[in-house]
Formats: sequence, C-alpha cells, structure tokens
Amino acid sequence: MPEGTLCNKKPIDTEEDLKTLLQDTGGKTYYEEMKVLDVNSDLLWNTIKNTCKSRMKTWLEICAHCGMCANSCFLYLINDCDPKQVPAYKIQSTLGEIIKKKGKVDNDFMHMAMETAWAKCTCCNRCGMYCPHGIDMGIMFGYLRGLLYAQGFVPWELKIGAGMHRVYRAQMDVTDTDFTETFEWMVEEYEEDYPGLTVPIDKEGADIMYTVNAREVKHYPEDLAEAAILFHLAGENWTVPSSGWEQTSLSMFAGDWPACKMQVEHVYAAMERLKPKRMVGTECGHAHRATVIEGPYWAGRKDGKPPVESIHYVEWIAEALKTGKLKIDPAKRIKQPVTLQDSCNYIRNHGLKTATREIISYIVEPGYFVEMTPNKEHNYCCGGGGGFNGIGIFRSQRNKALITKRDQLLDTGAELVIAPCHNCWDAIRDLEEEYKIGIKWSFLKPLLISMVQVPEHLQPKE
Amino acid sequence: MYEFLTGYMFWLSIGICLIGLLVRFVLYFKGLSWQLDRVAYKEYPALGLKGAASSIIRWLIPFGTYGWRKQPFMTVIFFGFHIGAVLVPIFLLAHNMFLKEKIGFSLFTLNPTLADILTWAVVVSAVLFVIRRIALPEVRILTTAYDYFILLLSAAPFITGLIARYQVGDYTFWLTVHIFCGEVLLIAIPFTKLSHIALFFASRAQLGMDYGIKRGGAKGKGMAW
Repeated sequence: MPEGTLCNKKPIDTEEDLKTLLQDTGGKTYYEEMKVLDVNSDLLWNTIKNTCKSRMKTWLEICAHCGMCANSCFLYLINDCDPKQVPAYKIQSTLGEIIKKKGKVDNDFMHMAMETAWAKCTCCNRCGMYCPHGIDMGIMFGYLRGLLYAQGFVPWELKIGAGMHRVYRAQMDVTDTDFTETFEWMVEEYEEDYPGLTVPIDKEGADIMYTVNAREVKHYPEDLAEAAILFHLAGENWTVPSSGWEQTSLSMFAGDWPACKMQVEHVYAAMERLKPKRMVGTECGHAHRATVIEGPYWAGRKDGKPPVESIHYVEWIAEALKTGKLKIDPAKRIKQPVTLQDSCNYIRNHGLKTATREIISYIVEPGYFVEMTPNKEHNYCCGGGGGFNGIGIFRSQRNKALITKRDQLLDTGAELVIAPCHNCWDAIRDLEEEYKIGIKWSFLKPLLISMVQVPEHLQPKE
Repeated sequence: MYEFLTGYMFWLSIGICLIGLLVRFVLYFKGLSWQLDRVAYKEYPALGLKGAASSIIRWLIPFGTYGWRKQPFMTVIFFGFHIGAVLVPIFLLAHNMFLKEKIGFSLFTLNPTLADILTWAVVVSAVLFVIRRIALPEVRILTTAYDYFILLLSAAPFITGLIARYQVGDYTFWLTVHIFCGEVLLIAIPFTKLSHIALFFASRAQLGMDYGIKRGGAKGKGMAW
C-alpha cells in the first residue's frame, strides 16, 4: 500500500512533521505522492456503515432528482450553469457513488471527489433551503470531507491547517506566548490614547471571556488592540485566556473531526477554568460555527451548548449599542454608500441577521445603507468559504467563484462593504485585487473606533 | 382476476403500503442521532417541534417558500401532480362506493368534475415532468431510468383510471388494469423513492429541527423558508 512520506492517512501530530510538510512548497511532493496513494476501501466502507445513518441515508435515497437545488448554488450559476455543478449531482456522483460501490473506489475517483468537495462546494448550506425534501448537501459535503481526509485525500494547506490545531491548538503556528505577548504589546501601543487600557489575562469570573482568530495575532494585531479599546470604552469586565483563546478550526474545513474535538475542548477548558459569565468571539464566521454551533457536539455535550453562553462579536456590539455602553458620535457615522456581507456561518446557520442590521442602524447615516440581493439567510457565500480561500491548487476555481460576490457588490453601488467575518473579508480583499472594482472593505471594529464617543473619564489628560 | 384484485390483493396492497410507510417513518426517527447529526433533538422539544412544523407547513403551501417562488413552472406542475395524486385516490366517489361496499364505510367524496380536473392535472403534470427532465440540462444530468420508472408507476393508475372513466375500449379490461396498477403502486411505495410519501415529512421535520434547535431557532430566528 503506497503511503507517501508527506501524503498519507496519518494526521500531523508533531511539530517536526508539521515543519516537514510546510517545507514542501505548494505541496509539490505531497500532490505527487497523492497520485499513487491507495484507497483503504475497508476503512471507508466501515466508517460509512458506522456513521452514515438515517438522516443522510434518507437524503441520498429520496432525492427526487428534480434539480431545484441547481439555481440555489452560486458555483452552479457562476460556472455558466454547468450541470456538473448541480449540488445534487455533485453529492450523488461522489458520496452517493462511494456508498453504491461500498467503498470500492480508486485513486482517480478520490481525486475527483477531493476537487468536488473542496472546489465545488463551500459548505454554505444554501442548497438545503431550496430543496423540497430538505436535503442539505452542505452537510453531506462536510461529511464527505471527513471520509476523504481519513484517506489522505485532502488539500495540502488543510492537512497543514488541521495539523496546526493538533500541535499548537491554533492555526498559523501561533503559540500561547505569541498570543499574550502580541496582545500586551498592541495594548501598550494604544495606552497613551486610552489611559487605563489593559488586557486582563486569565482573570477569573469576568463578565466576558474574549476569543480570537489566530490570524489576528499573526497578521492583524491592530484587531486585538481594537477589541481591547472597545471593551475598555464599554466598561466591560473582560478577560482573555492565556491558553484556549483560538476560536478557529481549519480542522473543520479539512474534515479532521478528532482535531476539531481537541481544538474546541481546549477553548471549553479555558471557559471551565476562568468561569466567565459569557464568551464573546471575534468577527469570524467559521470560528463561531466551530466553537459555538458545531463544537458542543464534537465535544459530546448533549445540550448542544458550550459550557458558558457564547455569542458572536456582532451580538455583543448590537447589545453594547442598544444599552448605551458604546455611544456613536452621530457626526461621524458612515456617509457613503455602504453594504453588508452576511456570513453564511452565523447568518444562515445561526440566525444573527437582526444583530448586524441593528449595528448598521447606529453606525450608518440613514439613506446610505444598501442591502445586497439576495441577502440575509439567502445571501451567497463570499466565494472563499469552507477553506476555498486558502487552497492553492484550486485558486483559479476560487477566483471564478468570487465573481458572484463582485457582481452582487457592483449591483449595490456601494463604495464600502462591512464584512464581519475573516473569510468574507479575505475573499473581498482578493476579489478587489483580482477584479479591481474599487470597493473598500472593513471589519466592524475599526469603523466603530473611528466613530465611538470616548467617555470623559476615559479621555487622555493633556 | 377482478375478484382477486379487489379481494385478497386489495387488503394486501393497502396493508403493505400503510405498514411499510409506518415502519419507514418510525425507523427514520429511531435512526436519528444527536451526536452524528449534531442536533440536540431531545433537549429542546418545543424549539424542535416549532422548527419541524414550520419546515413542513411552509413547503406544503404553493409558492409558500423562496424555493417555490424561484421556480414557478416547477411549483405549478409539482402541486398539479401532488394535489390530485393525494386527493383523487382517497376521495374519488367510485373509490368510496367500493369502500362502502367492502367495509361499510366511506369518506367525504370529491365533486366528479373536480375529480376529473385533478386527475387530468396529474397526467398532464406527469407529462410535463418528463419534458422538464429531458429539456433542462440541470435535471437531465440527474435523471436515471429509475426516475422515469417511478413516474410511470405513479401516473399509470391515473392514466388507466381516465381510460376506464371515459370508457375507451373495453371498460372491464381497463378497470382491471387500473386496479392492478394502483395495487402495484401501493406495494412499491415503501420500497422505492415513493417512500417520500412519509419520508418527505420526516426529512423536512429533521431539517426544521436542525434550524429550530441549532441553527438560529434558539436565537428566535428560525429559517426563513
């Protein structure tokens, strides 16, 4: 059974293995090895027998082949209505075939399934809303990703990403020390402007435990400072854990379920240790989905909830604005055409459409906000969700996928798009780089900082 | 033949259909797993029930969902087919006369003209289903011989019923063929895609519970179907 040295069925569990895989630039050797990687049909079929139960079996069986899902899929629409992009076809020709063949599929088939699972579906779950039988193909693609991952057929970046969570409990090899030091350093940078600004680390019994996306630590440290400033101005009793601060889960994109469990349990352990009243997560969609929506189930929590009430950053902001903890200077509200990107992971999949629109009502001058079409639960994926943004070999497919959002944005006539989700934010940045439509994009934090009123007692003394 | 089909076979086909559907319905729900499906079904019965009910009811209303409104042609032929396919077999006058004679009990019956219209709607919709399957590339790629077989199986009792009703050719022959087709259909229901007669409700209830409990229902925002 040819198992590659880099491409194989073994997850990455050590720093050494992780570094070795990282050195294989672009996954050149990794993908070469994948071409001869064997399929363990027994493992595949046994996993299916143990995990493909009532719900999914019925979905595959009763699909009426009516094609009503076709137009719900932005990838079908943007790829010139290619029938091979019909969600039902994509899942029937991959997962459906594996089941029909009782796991006896070959290497070529697995390559096709890998491309379908990661480059033809972003697990946005929109199709599930348009199927008369309620068949959610996004969920089935998540499941298929798990089967493929266990066989070693997973894009190079996501094998690394899942390994990062296994080794560091964070993506992008950000360590606990990196996190606390970066947070403290960033807060120091802003101390003069905001006297008394601190980052309370490992404070027990705080009202809020804040968790982040490791990308903020690595690439956008200002985001950490902005979070600290807004909590400070709102007078919140908050903290960050020195360990268990990473909310994201590339392992979810990869389909590495044991790693998902390890990652989310690490965050839950921080909640148990610090006993905050609530957890607030940063402006990220998949991180919220991983830690708050799916995570409890990976961790085996029967009530489907994290150990403490956990909310998305947009919920906290909406609440802070409503209760007056944060006050906006009306003169500084946004006075240019602005639109809002609805993240699939917490709008379609967690019902937070009202929170974001409440925020808009405070921060945008009336008359300047333009909704996208379609929007709210029916909004299209940014084009880079489900890991699509980060996979090098599928870059051309991803760039094509971005055209949907590009055209949606152009139709609004907006000059700025608020994107309170890392994946969406990245996708919009990339679409601007690729297609140059002159759109600006922003998280909520910097916008709020630019217009929030600083209470007198918190202003710097001259 | 007629005696056999209206006697022993009548009870057998009805029995297989109803018991089969019940078994499939019960097995579906028994097979749901909170951990595999990642939905805490039992923890939030009220949210689950609310989500399930809305998920089913909204899809039973013509143009009641975004999905239906997006595809008006499909919606018209879908309801054209299903309304007749459900109502005519149960509430047709002739069927109820047979029932009255057989078990001394009958149901509300449809106005004969309405029954004719509904039956024609089933047959015409079935033809349009076939044309849609051939004409639209996104449906053609999904379509298998099995799909045509299921459609033929479902439409056959209605086509033969119309032939008998208008007394084209030998009435007794066509009546016998009609009853035969109906009974074959009843027997096939639990074992084929036609099990969706029960599993539609089960599957819709599941996704409704998923949204009702986990994906926004607890935030007071269920799915905007």
